[in-house]
Amino acid sequence: MRRGSATKTLPTPERDPNAPLLEVVDLRTQFRTPRGLVRAVDGVSITLGRGRTIGIVGESGSGKTVLSRSIMGLLPRSNTIRTGSIRYEGREIIDLDPDEMRPLWGAEMAMVFQDPMTSLNPVVRIGRQITESLRLHLNMSKSQAEETGIALLSSVGIPEPAQRMREYPHQLSGGMRQRITIAIALACGPRLLMADEPTTALDVTVQAQILDLLGEQQAERHMAMVLVTHDLGVVAGRTDEIAVMYGGKVVEHAPTADLFANVRMPYTEALLGSIPKIDDPSHTRLMAIGGRPPDLVNPPTGCNFAARCAYAQERCLVEEPPLVEATPGHLYRCWYPVGSPENLEIRSRLTEQAPAAERPEGVLDDADVKVDPGAWHETGDV
Amino acid sequence: MPALPPEPGPEPSPLGDRNALMGVNNLAAEVGMIEQEHASIIGAELKAQGDPEAAAALAKRKLGLPFWIAIGFIGLLTFLAVFADWLPLADPNEQPRGASARLEQSLPPFSYRVDGTLAPLGTDSLGRDQLARVIYGSRVALVVGFASIAIGLVIGGALGLLSGYFRRAVDTATMASMDVLLAFPALLLALVIVAIRGKGVVNSTIALTVVAIPTIARLVRANTLTFSQREFVLAARTLGASHLRVITKELLPNVFLALLPFIPLAIAVAIAAEGALAYLGQSVEPPQASLGGMISQGQPQLEQGKWWVPGVPILVLVMLLISLNLLGDRLREFFSIKESAL
Ligand SMILES: Nc1ncnc2c1ncn2[C@@H]1O[C@H](COP(=O)(O)OP(=O)(O)O)[C@@H](O)[C@H]1O
Ligand code: SF4
Ligand SMILES: [Mg+2]
Repeated sequence: MRRGSATKTLPTPERDPNAPLLEVVDLRTQFRTPRGLVRAVDGVSITLGRGRTIGIVGESGSGKTVLSRSIMGLLPRSNTIRTGSIRYEGREIIDLDPDEMRPLWGAEMAMVFQDPMTSLNPVVRIGRQITESLRLHLNMSKSQAEETGIALLSSVGIPEPAQRMREYPHQLSGGMRQRITIAIALACGPRLLMADEPTTALDVTVQAQILDLLGEQQAERHMAMVLVTHDLGVVAGRTDEIAVMYGGKVVEHAPTADLFANVRMPYTEALLGSIPKIDDPSHTRLMAIGGRPPDLVNPPTGCNFAARCAYAQERCLVEEPPLVEATPGHLYRCWYPVGSPENLEIRSRLTEQAPAAERPEGVLDDADVKVDPGAWHETGDV
Repeated sequence: MPALPPEPGPEPSPLGDRNALMGVNNLAAEVGMIEQEHASIIGAELKAQGDPEAAAALAKRKLGLPFWIAIGFIGLLTFLAVFADWLPLADPNEQPRGASARLEQSLPPFSYRVDGTLAPLGTDSLGRDQLARVIYGSRVALVVGFASIAIGLVIGGALGLLSGYFRRAVDTATMASMDVLLAFPALLLALVIVAIRGKGVVNSTIALTVVAIPTIARLVRANTLTFSQREFVLAARTLGASHLRVITKELLPNVFLALLPFIPLAIAVAIAAEGALAYLGQSVEPPQASLGGMISQGQPQLEQGKWWVPGVPILVLVMLLISLNLLGDRLREFFSIKESAL
């Protein structure tokens, strides 16, 4: 089962301007724990071109954070096994150690974290937090960095930026703080931005503003962006493509419009049913999908969603569905994909067997999935 | 009034004197308490950030009058100690000579000598000026107290930051050696070091630094562990900061702020320990004045009813210790916040 050794010895070609910006192939990240090996990311492949955006969507615990941190090489090295290939501009970076990655961090790839309360240093002035990397990577003088910092703050929509530079994070609201972390991440002009649930910790009212800001900056700077979220509503219309993760695996991957128009994977369908309405109060629980995510130490045989899937059949428990390409660019993992004749047949059998109220959780009949494709495209493809 | 021959205080047995040891041993208990409280302090600050009511409560905090009185006393004593050489003080080591010498011994405060000069705080059993001696004695106490904690903070702080940040082997090795140091009773360790290196301000400082290092290292490590888990450390890494930069620019300011209330308390403990060393005759070499030495030398005068002789240095030492403790306590409360306010 160990497959790391072969890829580790791959030669590391220099930067290739024709290669995609980011190319992740069969990435596996495993943690050694007392319980056993946790397969947090289990064979994920993603390709992202310059200036493109991808949404990574999945329930909490599906491995989104581990995936984004694996790509950036930010996980602690002890007790972590990372195999597969991560190429940045054609250059293999999976086997680089932190010292070799450091020149890339901030300058080439940067990250926006979930909670601006904890991702800003509480006892350091905003000015120094934003000028730090400018001076480090771009060798700016103090006054140059100061000026650039002020310009950055105003570009992310912070009023009175010069005054903000002298303030501490706790003097600002959550939304303002997240704008600041975005300004800091953008400071050195990275070409790849990882945003890990950038709005989850914020009030609903400012979530859209922050997402709009990210979108604007991404387009303006022609920067590639990985937008990680547990909320399909967040990525709808804001990304070029979406990868849905479940139990450390990509279970469906498609261009955004295509995904919403032609959902194939029952898990994605269930996620769609749990998009919170815009007027929901802030921290209400999403309509949860019944059951629990799979055990990552002892993953089930067969399809890892089978325990919770309404359409699960005998075959799903035995054979693992491969990632197949339905239409160009639309991949999914399922034996009985939504919309297929087999699936329709299972559906009709289920509706016959049980009256609607008693159906097991997770079963959706056609009327339940009210996806208006137009609604997802309001901001259009970027 | 029978004239008494000048006599030095008896040398008490080091381990027999429980009072002298107590101050030092309280340090461990004190530190444990601070360590526990610290988590809640950080929690409170964090909670307050998101909550306007709690933020208002934080803004309303005042240090209060006793705090400023304590600062005033420490400031005054420090000023006197620093500028002692330029102040119009009597020579602290000069003993009266000749026929009138005995008349000038153990004078109470506000007495006049035979030649008409004022001894504002009286004289000691050798007729030396108590005010001058108490100021020069405080100088020793303050220098040893501040210097040992300052050096202890640098060394113990560095060890604690490295252990807490890198953990694993660095941590295991450092903390094991700190535990070995902590296993010795603090004052005994200090006495052994003085016995090996000899008396004097420098060696007392070294002795108390060694005693302070393990406690400081543990405290700094505990704080570093908590702060290292915070996302801003990872965020700094994603911006390309080196480990050294993360430690000095991200962690150090946080850890230092968390440690601030502890510093006056640590200085108080070090000064008390210097007092104990001096009381046991193991700090500076006579005739140089030290508060502890003055106390032990003046002690026999109690039997003569001349309580002011040991009373003056005791009062100064106690006021200094109370001021430092008050300072630490108020700072701790200032950075903390009543749970009820949240
Ligand atoms: N350092 C670690 N050691 C062991 N397990 C981990 C570690 N980090 C994450 N995990 C596990 O990996 C899984 C995926 O976590 P995560 O990527 O944080 O999920 P998400 O971001 O999608 O909510 C979780 O089950 C989590 O418990
Ligand atoms: S393979 Fe079977 S269990 Fe898995 S999602 Fe498809 S239908 Fe459900
Ligand atoms: Mg996450």
